[in-house]
Amino acid sequence: MSTAADERNARAPWALTAPALMLFVGVLLIPLAMTVMLSFHDWGQYKGIEPVFILKNWHEIVTDPYYAEMFWRTFRIAILTTLLTALLGAPEAYILNRMDGRWKSIFLLVILGPLLISVVARTLGWALLFGGNNGLVNKLLMSAGVISSPIPFMFTETGMVVALAHVMMPFMVLSVWAALQRLDPQIENAAMSLGAGPLTIIRRIIMPQIMPGVLSGAIIVFSLSASAFATPAIIGGRRLKVAATLAYDEFLNTLNWPLGAAVATLLLAALVLIVVGSNALIERRYAEVFR
Amino acid sequence: MAYLELDRVAKQFGVQTVVDDFSLSVGKGEFISFLGPSGCGKTTTLQIIAGFLDPTRGAIRLEDKNLAAIHPAKRGLGIVFQSYALFPHMTAAENVAFGLEMRNVPRGERAERVRAALAMVGLAGYEDRHPRRMSGGQQQRVALARALVIKPSVLLLDEPLSNLDAKLREEMQIELRQIQRTIGTTTILVTHDQNEAMSLSDRIVVMSQGKIEQIGTPQETYERPASAFVSQFLGKTNDFAGTIDRTVVPTQLVVGSWRAPAPAGLSGPVTVSVRPERIGFGDAGLSAKIMTRIFQGNHWLFQCDSECGPAIVIRQNDGQAQPAEGDAVRLTWRPEDMSVRARAGA
Repeated sequence: MSTAADERNARAPWALTAPALMLFVGVLLIPLAMTVMLSFHDWGQYKGIEPVFILKNWHEIVTDPYYAEMFWRTFRIAILTTLLTALLGAPEAYILNRMDGRWKSIFLLVILGPLLISVVARTLGWALLFGGNNGLVNKLLMSAGVISSPIPFMFTETGMVVALAHVMMPFMVLSVWAALQRLDPQIENAAMSLGAGPLTIIRRIIMPQIMPGVLSGAIIVFSLSASAFATPAIIGGRRLKVAATLAYDEFLNTLNWPLGAAVATLLLAALVLIVVGSNALIERRYAEVFR
Repeated sequence: MAYLELDRVAKQFGVQTVVDDFSLSVGKGEFISFLGPSGCGKTTTLQIIAGFLDPTRGAIRLEDKNLAAIHPAKRGLGIVFQSYALFPHMTAAENVAFGLEMRNVPRGERAERVRAALAMVGLAGYEDRHPRRMSGGQQQRVALARALVIKPSVLLLDEPLSNLDAKLREEMQIELRQIQRTIGTTTILVTHDQNEAMSLSDRIVVMSQGKIEQIGTPQETYERPASAFVSQFLGKTNDFAGTIDRTVVPTQLVVGSWRAPAPAGLSGPVTVSVRPERIGFGDAGLSAKIMTRIFQGNHWLFQCDSECGPAIVIRQNDGQAQPAEGDAVRLTWRPEDMSVRARAGA
């Protein structure tokens, strides 16, 4: 009928989203594409970056076992962190959900509070407690005679997992919390009236229904842990590198930007694959709960 | 002998008394409704019977056993919740089977009983559906099957039909009544819908503000409401201010220009309640003017302005000519069709 109006209507969404789209393209897509391109450039100690297309960096990452070990460490830490947050965060959210109104809001604040504090400050806290002979906890335990040498925490994977789990906990608790809000408030009473005990109710009724929340929390925690920088940098330092700290060092210390770009690109690609893949699996597996 | 007995049960939350002095004995196989507006304590009472809440005072006995001492999971009651509270991650059959599993019923018998329960509520063939893929009415039936399959000693229904549309609700009412009659389970229904309570129950417990207003058959509560609250809550009613005149012989009950011999035991100002369908148009009686006349198919609804305030009259559509809007009429009723209560003040 009125094609001019139709055309205008078709253009309107584009016009309205243009500012955000331009920002998105300008600050995310273009730098991302440039990083990917950078990973194919050449670099030499004396010649700097040469804008040519070679597979040298990728070849090095694939063949040098150092990188395999480092990526494997990155994902091992991320997986362990995810497991730890799930094991502690899911029960935490469940208990929180069962609390009375006032205590509930106080403890929710306790859980979310750390999000207001810088990750660096939180991780340095761990260093203050467990950092070598001068760490507060180590000092106390050693003077009490419980241990003879400091607890190995700094520069260990265990330390990194514990510190990361601490940083990531709110994301897991919030995600499980959201799943718990979707539960029918009478569902536990219904199961109880049919003869189920408390453990059966948690195992057969609550767990299957909050699993999607645990898994989406796990995806968030996993991807944030695998790409985390501040915590691994402080706890692991130079001795225990993960993908993010390695890329940082290549960029800012070695100045081998192309190699750093290749590490960053590989980390990004691996994460995207893992997240998209597991998300698809979860959605198929829990289709009935999500509907 | 009483099958389920509540003896002066009370529940307090802090300083607020939600249920007070609730005594009721339910016979085996009886269908009882707790009827009242929201916040009257009917659901609280049901939850006390179910064991989700502990009574502050009073005793509950089932077949002379102290029910309050038994853990809710061991009470063996069937409950249908307002939200149905089905397990969304299980199929209809798994939902129904859950209670049998908890009772360690062998697999073969379990499958047979689940099949029979779903067939009874008209859901044969829906075994493998998940609740979220079913309509509200179907979910409601699954919830009913789940509650009944464990052969409960008492079936508790917490506003089970309130989330259904009007037509479906009526169908489910009839079906619920038939199922209850067939298997003979003692049933307690919580509802705020007086039609539902009247069409389903053997006896109705009318509640208001945590107290029992009246216990009686649907006819009793409707025809002879024990209090102003009951007469207002159950169906429409006309309340007229009247007086009992003991200065004349024989003593007379006077409502405007309507007169009748006074009932025994009362004097002075009274309130006279008459159901709209019991009022007729006559030659003598309360004078009124018809303000609006609404045709509703099988009956006519008249809103009148009488000398004692507004009045509603319902007349069957029996083919007779009916007065028109603006007509002056006389409202009359038989003395046995009214209930008379003393009126405070005035």
